[in-house]
Amino acid sequence: MLKWRLLVSFVSLAFASSLLAPSPSPAQATTITIATVNNPDMIIMQKLTPAFEQQNPNIKVSWVVLPENELRQKVTTDISTNAGSYDVMTIGMYEVLSGWAKNGWLLPFDSLPSAYDGQDLLKPVRAGLSYKGTLYAVPFYAESSMTYYRKDLFAAKGLTMPQRPTWTQVEAFAKAIHNPSKRTYGICLRGLPGWGENMAFLTTLVNTFGGRWFDEKWQPQLTSPEWKQAVGFYVNLMRNYGPPGVTSNGFTENETLLANGNCAMWVDATVAAGYLANPQTSKVAKNVGFAYAPVAVTRNGSHWLWAWALGIPKSTKKADAARAFIYWATSKAYINMVGEKEGWTSVPPGTRYSTYQNSAYIKAAPFATLVEALINEADPTHPTAKPVPYVGVQFAAIPEFQGIGTQTGQAIAGALAGKMTIDQALQQAQSNAENVMRQAGYIK
Amino acid sequence: MTRVSAGRGLARFDIHRPNALLFVGPAVLVLFVWMIVPLALSLYYSVRRYNLLVLERRGFVGLLNYRLLLLDPTFWTAVVNTLVLVVLVLAATIGLGLILALLFNRDFTAKNVARTLAISPFFVMPVVTALMWKNMLFHPVFGLLAWVAQSLGGEPIDWLATYPMLSVVAIISWEWTPFATLILLTALQSLPGDLLEAVRIDGAGRWGEFRYIVIPHLLRPISALLMLQTIFFLTIFAEIYATTSGGPGLATTTLPYFIYLKALLQFDIGSASAGAIFAVILANVVAVFLLRAISRNIFQGELP
Repeated sequence: MLKWRLLVSFVSLAFASSLLAPSPSPAQATTITIATVNNPDMIIMQKLTPAFEQQNPNIKVSWVVLPENELRQKVTTDISTNAGSYDVMTIGMYEVLSGWAKNGWLLPFDSLPSAYDGQDLLKPVRAGLSYKGTLYAVPFYAESSMTYYRKDLFAAKGLTMPQRPTWTQVEAFAKAIHNPSKRTYGICLRGLPGWGENMAFLTTLVNTFGGRWFDEKWQPQLTSPEWKQAVGFYVNLMRNYGPPGVTSNGFTENETLLANGNCAMWVDATVAAGYLANPQTSKVAKNVGFAYAPVAVTRNGSHWLWAWALGIPKSTKKADAARAFIYWATSKAYINMVGEKEGWTSVPPGTRYSTYQNSAYIKAAPFATLVEALINEADPTHPTAKPVPYVGVQFAAIPEFQGIGTQTGQAIAGALAGKMTIDQALQQAQSNAENVMRQAGYIK
Repeated sequence: MTRVSAGRGLARFDIHRPNALLFVGPAVLVLFVWMIVPLALSLYYSVRRYNLLVLERRGFVGLLNYRLLLLDPTFWTAVVNTLVLVVLVLAATIGLGLILALLFNRDFTAKNVARTLAISPFFVMPVVTALMWKNMLFHPVFGLLAWVAQSLGGEPIDWLATYPMLSVVAIISWEWTPFATLILLTALQSLPGDLLEAVRIDGAGRWGEFRYIVIPHLLRPISALLMLQTIFFLTIFAEIYATTSGGPGLATTTLPYFIYLKALLQFDIGSASAGAIFAVILANVVAVFLLRAISRNIFQGELP
């Protein structure tokens, strides 16, 4: 019945958009439609659009801004059915690597203009958006994951956070600082189920404990000792030293908790650094410290690599205008403009070497050099100690992963909430993953 | 069911008169486009291997999608959860709705203001309702309930993780009780005063009045409520999506949410369509059972 509703809304939407389609004006202005995520960096891009329209008087930009999950659903259904509603799509590394490029859905960026300086793009980020050596989407911002901690709370207990902490140390710190009666919790981590929510973090944890999603023959490995150890560690840590309600906390919820002063530590996306270090959005701006993501057995895959990028679907009829916009929004000039207009902590991070050579940025953003090092160190082709058949640190770049990852995330959230044991949860996730992989023909 | 006279009415209706076709035509057309076409498409996709993201290995697979669905323990959990959710919310909304309707049927100052306020939750959008409950009431750090618990010296409870199904039931009941109240209140106001007078003269007490006059009078609106709300509750989605995402574990994964996961997370249109067909079958089974039960209980002993 949900399906009916969806179909009905699709039909009515299609009808409405055909009515609203602009007729070509005498000046031959082209309107491009851009789908993007409602992250702060993209909101700034939307805000600065008039600058682009002034430089390109014959291009008009119309925006579709959505939360991550809805955006992913819209653009995926659009591109796979060749519907052509968008001229520019905001997509992630996962989309490019899991088949969008291979399926021929995206126009390649094979000849970047020299003024654009493609060599300035960070190598791991560029590689993560390329298929067989060709770039299929241009990075808008990139991130890794790292440890945030409260310098004041650590100092009060006489503790120091090493530059490269281990998970054992993190557990000890959490135990020392955890004080629920004062609403100070030892550590905040993601618990909200979803392949891009709790599983993004948990995959890095499993990686560093030496686990992997699939072995070389695509056999799911979710009941392996490494998974049990990592998930057991996570569940204990969150039950003993976490805030209440972990299973509802995703990236945004944890960011709010830390900015409100409720968490002593948090391991999550580097992109939160700008928000946490900004006194206007964070109560703890002065006291927030930054360190590498914690490590257990292996350094491989202990912190993730992600980029939001702009790509052009092959269904577009306005590829030139779309390209013009993308070159503008990911250029050095754009980054400088954001720095000058919005403040240097707000520039889109992780895309260009030149950003990290800019003294104004390095001065304003104490986390900048660490973020650059983290991104450069992340290696999606070696996400853990053992060899894997897939690419990706916090995901496995195959189309089936979204479903497998989310169901595994639900099972682990169930274990965290005490609805089932860790063994039961992993067993359930394993049999689901085996079913999906069998149905898709990877294993027999 | 023989009492229902619609059948006889239809027989008298002459389809061969050109005027009649002209008038019925648009309705049939709309019904066809809005119902049969999507249903037929769902049926078509449900027998195909069709994952939006995978270009290879597409095509006719017979009943494979159905077989995999029936073998999937998640699917059965979802079916059970759906039924539990529907039954609990029905009980809560109709129970509370009856109490509220009886209260608001009395005369008191500011009656109209109070009625409007009592009905207003129904006009809040489902997602807004869900987020409000999640962040302002249930939240174990910032929520009102946590504050109350802590002020009384207790430990805050993480409602959505500890009692996920009951929390979702509470949210949906809060949203839908006004609807039940509204229907039952209008029904109460149509209760003839002389009937009540008559039983009082016959010596019935408050309870007798309620048991032998009010309840029988309300049986029809209650049965209508049961039908309508069952149909609405079988498709409840937004409240679950915005609060628990079907979790923790599978605690609140209902059939619509399960279909959503298949269709818009795995982009597996084949399996999702098979699930949708099951949802249609389930809705029909429930509707038939309800109709039977209602007609047996209500129309029994009435005048022929």
